[in-house]
Amino acid sequence: MTRDQAMDIMRDVLHQVAPEADLGEVGPEEMMAEALDLDSLDFLNFMIGLHERTGIEIPELDYPQLATVERCAAYLVAHT
Amino acid sequence: MGDFHMPSLGADMEVGRVTEWLVKVGDEVKRGDIVAVVETEKSTIEVEIFESGVIEAIVVQVGEEVPVGAVLARVRSGAPGSSEERGTVPAATETTPPTAREAPAATASVRSPMVRHIAAEAGLDLNAITGTGEGGVVTRHDVEQAVAAHQRPTGRLRASPRARAVAAELGVDLNTVQGTGPRGAVTEGDVRKLNVLRDRVAASSNEGAVTAVVPEAPASAGPTSDAKAKQAALRRAIAALMARSKREIPHYYLSTTIDMRRASEWLEHLNAGRSITDRIVMPVLLLKATARAVATVPEMNGLMVHGQFEASAAVHVGVAISLRGGGVIAPAIHDAAGIGLDELMVALRDLVTRARVGRLRSSEMSDPTITVTNLGDLGVDQVFGVIYPPQVALVGFGKVAERPWAEGGLLGARPTVTATLAADHRVSDGHRGGLFLSTIDHLLQAPEDL
Repeated sequence: MTRDQAMDIMRDVLHQVAPEADLGEVGPEEMMAEALDLDSLDFLNFMIGLHERTGIEIPELDYPQLATVERCAAYLVAHT
Repeated sequence: MGDFHMPSLGADMEVGRVTEWLVKVGDEVKRGDIVAVVETEKSTIEVEIFESGVIEAIVVQVGEEVPVGAVLARVRSGAPGSSEERGTVPAATETTPPTAREAPAATASVRSPMVRHIAAEAGLDLNAITGTGEGGVVTRHDVEQAVAAHQRPTGRLRASPRARAVAAELGVDLNTVQGTGPRGAVTEGDVRKLNVLRDRVAASSNEGAVTAVVPEAPASAGPTSDAKAKQAALRRAIAALMARSKREIPHYYLSTTIDMRRASEWLEHLNAGRSITDRIVMPVLLLKATARAVATVPEMNGLMVHGQFEASAAVHVGVAISLRGGGVIAPAIHDAAGIGLDELMVALRDLVTRARVGRLRSSEMSDPTITVTNLGDLGVDQVFGVIYPPQVALVGFGKVAERPWAEGGLLGARPTVTATLAADHRVSDGHRGGLFLSTIDHLLQAPEDL
């Protein structure tokens, strides 16, 4: 998976979880949950969405590695 | 013969607007069926009926706003087809020509842009859809049927178990979902997406209906001013309810810090062995512990009715959910003490999703017996809540985080959470409130038994 593909998937999944949230408004190293006002259920739904689109089984301990846009994209690229 | 009334969907509701009828005259209904969609200042609610029978007359038409308690429809109880009460059919039946509702739309002229857009997205020809709404308007049901017929695959349906569970939960027919997963498999995201789409159809079918009734009406104000008006109405509703709570309820407040090491470790271990779709979040444990603690201190769970407290046997936990764009709503998870953690997790996810897209059910809005608010995600240490009348208690949880903890003369660090209680002094006092919080604490020390 390329970084662009990862970003597309993240945008799609985020749109399902929080339709009004815009990934473009978040800085690359900003915490997504805080910047987009996602609560723990929203964030879990985001993780589930990424899992369903990519097939990656994301362990709970890895969640912090997906907390920013940049790290999340890198994680998806590294695990596909 | 019974009347079906505009329900009170929360103590703050005075009026509601019928935005959709899911039944028509002559339809048989069972207790618990969703028969109408009502819009309040706070949300759009699917209204259930509490009597079985046959719809005799639709009294309030789509688009009309009426006060709580107004008769929306007349229902004849008993077996369908029985004609013993024919003589008492109210005049309203005659004023509603059934042919208007059942006749296919002659032209596709009366449809909102949203319905057009959705039909185009699904690749459907609008003229091929038969409208069964008022004046031949295409309703949610019509579009669902059309989408189902259009997208039904020929081969075996592929769907993840999670997608199947969510579809069952949301009442989505999997055959109507376009799969985007591997080999066209239907994913949970697809199901939720369709569910949101369906809600948009439902909302826009109302637009269409209003246009149909008043064809000469000028173009309505833009969506921005509409959203602003809704936001203002929502703030007014919340302000009215909270002011009433502060005026009428003599609140007292308690707080306690709970050691969450066992619960955190247990949950971490449980989730480590589970697929991402089956994991449980900490708020589920907090909800369950609160619901079960009620058995020890029953005066926290129930409603004030005419100045008298009525304890509730069932524990319907209202969950405070923040709405995107502002506002808060606290619909109930039914019988939260009696269902398992997995079931509670599914119920919570479903409730939050539906609250955010405005698809709650009337029973969820009208019957919470105690409320839990969890502001821990924002990093708040503790929350002192305002009780939702006519309830008598509200439990708040702050952030679960590592903090200093002294035990056995030693200082260490462990995850803790501060639980708070706002309770009604007319019903209980600080001693009982303290027992309630310590019961929640004890239950959280044995998470495997929750």
